[in-house]
Amino acid sequence: MTTAEPNTEQPYAVELEGIEKRFPGVIANHDVSLKVRKGTIHAIVGENGAGKSTLMKTLYGMHQPEAGTIHVNGQQVHFKSPAEAIAVGIGMVHQHFMLADNLTVLENVILGAEPARRGVIRHAEGTAKVAALAKQIGAHVDLDAPLSALGVGQRQRVEILKVLYRGANILILDEPTAVLVPQEVDELFETLKVLVAGGATVIFISHKLDEVLAVSDEITVIRQGTTVGTVTPDSITRSRLGEMMVGSELPKPIPRETKIGTAVRLEVNGASAKVVGPGSQKYVFQDIDIDVHEGEIVGIAGVEGNGQFELCEGILGLMPLTAGTIVLDAKDVTHETVRHRKDAGIGYIPFDRHREALMLSSPLWENTMLGRESQPKFNIGPLINVRGSQADCREIIHDFDVRTPGENVPAFALSGGNQQKLIVGRELVNNPSVLIAAHPTRGVDIGAQNAIWARLRTARDAGMGVLLLSADLEELIALSDVIVVMFDGMITARLTPAQATPELLGLYMTGTRQEAAA
Amino acid sequence: MDRQKLQRIGVTAASSVAAVLFALVICGIILLLTGRSPSHVYQTMWDAAGERRIQYDAIQRATPLMFAGCAVALGFKMNLFNIGVEGQYRIAALVTAIVGTRIGFLPAPLHVAVELAVACVCGAAWAGIAAFLKVRRGVNEVIATIMLNAIAISLAAWLFNTYFRYTQGNSQNVTTRPIPRSGWMPDIVKDQLNGFFIVALLVVFAYWIVVFKSRFGFRLRASGHNDVAAKTSGISSKRMIVTALLLSGAVAGFIGMQQTLGDSHAYSSQGFVDGIGFLGIAVALLGRNHPIGIVLSALLFGLLAASATKLGLIKVPQEIVQIIEGVIVLSVVIVNEASGRWVDKRTQQRAAHAVEHHLTQLGVTA
Repeated sequence: MTTAEPNTEQPYAVELEGIEKRFPGVIANHDVSLKVRKGTIHAIVGENGAGKSTLMKTLYGMHQPEAGTIHVNGQQVHFKSPAEAIAVGIGMVHQHFMLADNLTVLENVILGAEPARRGVIRHAEGTAKVAALAKQIGAHVDLDAPLSALGVGQRQRVEILKVLYRGANILILDEPTAVLVPQEVDELFETLKVLVAGGATVIFISHKLDEVLAVSDEITVIRQGTTVGTVTPDSITRSRLGEMMVGSELPKPIPRETKIGTAVRLEVNGASAKVVGPGSQKYVFQDIDIDVHEGEIVGIAGVEGNGQFELCEGILGLMPLTAGTIVLDAKDVTHETVRHRKDAGIGYIPFDRHREALMLSSPLWENTMLGRESQPKFNIGPLINVRGSQADCREIIHDFDVRTPGENVPAFALSGGNQQKLIVGRELVNNPSVLIAAHPTRGVDIGAQNAIWARLRTARDAGMGVLLLSADLEELIALSDVIVVMFDGMITARLTPAQATPELLGLYMTGTRQEAAA
Repeated sequence: MDRQKLQRIGVTAASSVAAVLFALVICGIILLLTGRSPSHVYQTMWDAAGERRIQYDAIQRATPLMFAGCAVALGFKMNLFNIGVEGQYRIAALVTAIVGTRIGFLPAPLHVAVELAVACVCGAAWAGIAAFLKVRRGVNEVIATIMLNAIAISLAAWLFNTYFRYTQGNSQNVTTRPIPRSGWMPDIVKDQLNGFFIVALLVVFAYWIVVFKSRFGFRLRASGHNDVAAKTSGISSKRMIVTALLLSGAVAGFIGMQQTLGDSHAYSSQGFVDGIGFLGIAVALLGRNHPIGIVLSALLFGLLAASATKLGLIKVPQEIVQIIEGVIVLSVVIVNEASGRWVDKRTQQRAAHAVEHHLTQLGVTA
């Protein structure tokens, strides 16, 4: 609608209009509009899975949108590859650094664009150019130091240098602070400010509201694949921004007709776990107390990366606890193997279905058998009962409405939603005592979402306990009987769904407020 | 559904055949460049392949390759690259030859059975070192097995030369003490075809059952395929690594047996068949880790090598066959990659298509 608008003033550095990006079975971006002024820091905030990274990949030419237009500095562009985006001055600093450990800082910066004559690298020329850039952004790095000697913050600086060296004046930083300690975050922000003062434009992706408010000139909020609005930091409060991010219109919890039982299905008592890194130990979760009763859904809210994933691994036995116990149906399973715990009645819908749940090139029937292959119906003596396993898979396909031509197709051929329904089916047909469901409807369409929710409610009514981890507050409120908020590996609040307003959840989830864990 | 499976098999087979043909073309060009007639060379080999004696020779040569192919494929199925087959069968052959001389009091079938068991245990034990290093110390099995190859070959040579040399009369041939007759593997066709061919087919069959049909094999393939998903489902990947490498080593133990128990009836460092472990990698790759593929590839390699013995008559170096083998392996890797991607894409499209079709039939619009 605004494409025909004449450029009365300075054109926007980046202008996206009506961007739509679909993946099989999922709409990742829909009608996204974004205007980034030249020489500003523009933040893009949204929850994990909201579609921020998809949008930035579109802008960087890593994939092409199905609809919409992209203008850079007033010129319409169609990027077929990142190389074309780089050519017009767009640079991306990835969340996971793309650097070579065995090269020096200088070599890393010039890698792929070495100043050379007749195939010989001109080190002096490179050094001069990179040193000037480093000075310009106030980065103190020894260009001849091996990259392996650098800390995370400095590595990021090298990534930024690398992007600048290629002539970028529009920088995309994908969750740059996720890996940094607070002091490094401050230094990064200084660098960004120097950059924009020098005329560059920075697009900064984050879900940390404090940082966004502190550093950016404008903020665009993305929710469920689409842009919700653009605001300036001085015109909005933190809690209002949080509300925009998670959606202000939350559904009223559906009143349930069945009662929560008295028996405790899963008891997590004072559970803690640490990761041992080089020279440091950090608690990934600490003193977690959670009881899941028969027929109860306990929701865990939290921004991703606050210990939820590790907690699931701890309950399943994939990560050893340093303290505390896991009790399943009144039996202590703290020291049992994963297999034993699963056989004893823990079901698990994992965070990342491709990594943790599926064998992508194996047929569906092998996938539905995975983890259940010791059950008698899948075996004839020591051999696999192929027909029985296939029949079992067909049942799951039918009961859980998995859209597939049959049980022999490999798992990768299915859309994300159908893969997810298959996994939900696999975990539910076992009738587990407790189901740990992590983002059970992430990346699936509305139809599949409703189907999965209905399934979880049915299983709950039949007495199953559910530990529901989700970044989708709508999902948490729609399903949970009680919501526990995790921040930085600890429980910061316990709420009923009726109490849970987006503001309140936002405060607890970002650690602004803490409630003594009751 | 079965049509799709058939198509997958068809594409796999076609791509393997294409790789072999491509290799023949490349070697034809090499022959042309060196001033020889490719048609003459291939004709000579083709004629040779028609001879009964060459055919037996081909099977004899294919037999150890089947063991080697299975040993390597077992590792591949668990995402492990066992390059150490070479060392594993070397150690197994030496120890078996020595043990075989000490248990002559056993009746014939039992004598052979014990020898085979010893070979398996030795191969497995040698592979077990790599397994231990990987599980306990995180040493990459490729590095560990390469090093263990060097150690095995030197260790075998040292042990043989220092403790187990035995010279029969004034014969030039230095071997270990000969194994008594009861410890020999009988021939199927006298002096032409040894009974180990049958053993190889049985081992390939067992490989098929264990890896593709059993619950254990399912877990093994699951771990090899997606380690994290398998762990999340309660399958211990460490246990799978150890078991896969031990089994691989045990099968590797068979490789040197045809020569040791069926031919020379002793271990000799001179003329001991070497390089089979590496050829086994080629066999597993060309055979796509599938039992039938392994048998066919082993027979192909055996036939190439056997018919090449005739090339001396027309003054063409036999090494041309090694070039053919090498090019086959390279082209098979390239062709498999390309055809695999094509099949994957088609499968995905078909699935999407079928689902859409199904939906329109139901009157639902996506």
